[in-house]
Amino acid sequence: MFSRIAGTGHYLPEQCLTNAMLEQRVDTTHDWIVERTGIHQRHIASNGENAATMAVAAARQALAAAETDIAEIDLIVVATTSGDRAFPSVACEVQAALTDENIPAFDVAAACSGFIFAMSVADQYIRSGTYRSVLVIGTDVLSRLCRPDDRNTIVLFGDGAGAVVLQASNVPGIESTHLHSAGEFADLLGVNHPQRRESDHAEALSEAWMYMKGNEVFKVAVSKLSELVNETLVANGLTPDDLDWLVPHQANLRIIKATAKKLKMPMSQVVTTLADTGNTSAASVPIALDVAVRDGRIQRGHKLLLEAFGGGFAWGSALITY
Amino acid sequence: MSTIEERVKKIIIEQLGVKEEEVKSEASFENDLGADSLDTVELVMALEEEFETEIPDEEAEKIKTVQAAIDYVTNHAND
Repeated sequence: MFSRIAGTGHYLPEQCLTNAMLEQRVDTTHDWIVERTGIHQRHIASNGENAATMAVAAARQALAAAETDIAEIDLIVVATTSGDRAFPSVACEVQAALTDENIPAFDVAAACSGFIFAMSVADQYIRSGTYRSVLVIGTDVLSRLCRPDDRNTIVLFGDGAGAVVLQASNVPGIESTHLHSAGEFADLLGVNHPQRRESDHAEALSEAWMYMKGNEVFKVAVSKLSELVNETLVANGLTPDDLDWLVPHQANLRIIKATAKKLKMPMSQVVTTLADTGNTSAASVPIALDVAVRDGRIQRGHKLLLEAFGGGFAWGSALITY
Repeated sequence: MSTIEERVKKIIIEQLGVKEEEVKSEASFENDLGADSLDTVELVMALEEEFETEIPDEEAEKIKTVQAAIDYVTNHAND
């Protein structure tokens, strides 16, 4: 038994934050941002939106694309690290919005790689025969976790959600997933929760923002992603020539180009959305996937390599026959 | 067999997309060769790969000129 992608969907908030708008807010320039990141604008969730509302919008689109009723869904897995609450999970909010059935729903936290991790979890449930249809969503509002005057982070992150419906199938589908974590790099990239211990309350609250050592993250990301894509191809007995599309996490165009170069894939075979979206964390891979499915680039039967790298560090890939 | 200097310069030309005559010993990656901070990170990674060595971050930060790159590799060639 395998799992296959039956349908995809995504949601991006309406309001955009352009590089020109950021020039008014912090000491930066459009050219500086574009040269180092490839990002031109980001979508920013409105006050009425959060990780759950965006996830629901993306999920409805994916269900429609899969021509699947929510009643057929056995499990909801949501990749996110920016839910409004410590608990209940975002997945439970999504479930409440979509169905009255008491199907299991839980979150997976792996930062920017969350969607790959969540899809891998869902894939195991389907392969084992436990569930037949799983809704997998990546959703994040990381723009809210960046200190508003921190030019190192606010230029990078946007909000959004992407979703896929996975269904049991006699043919793959998801050929393989590959996951890795390295917790020793926690100091290079992360977001602290406001602490509630009395002793450090005031100070910790003021430091509960994203921190990132960009150059060091860049270096590890490029080197680990290079190993990861190689591992993924070897595991499937494939060469880069067998791939139709690289669907990378949309963190930084320079990281994406380095990975494509390693694979000797032309950028015309790489799906990029980050000029329009920025880094949407767990949402970025499913958004890119859905965009390329909807505009007709990705066709049934195409071989896709999905990959992501992010806070943890946690990184992962999936080899998929769409 | 190319010398270390030739190999280092070849990598700089490839990574930064600059002309051979621009890669003078005293040239600064950021000030003279148009590199930004991510270019220098990628350059250090390319040097690590070419010379099969690991350059610690605190050492990498000091490699700001063509000569500094040649010196680092020369001094660590037999590590």
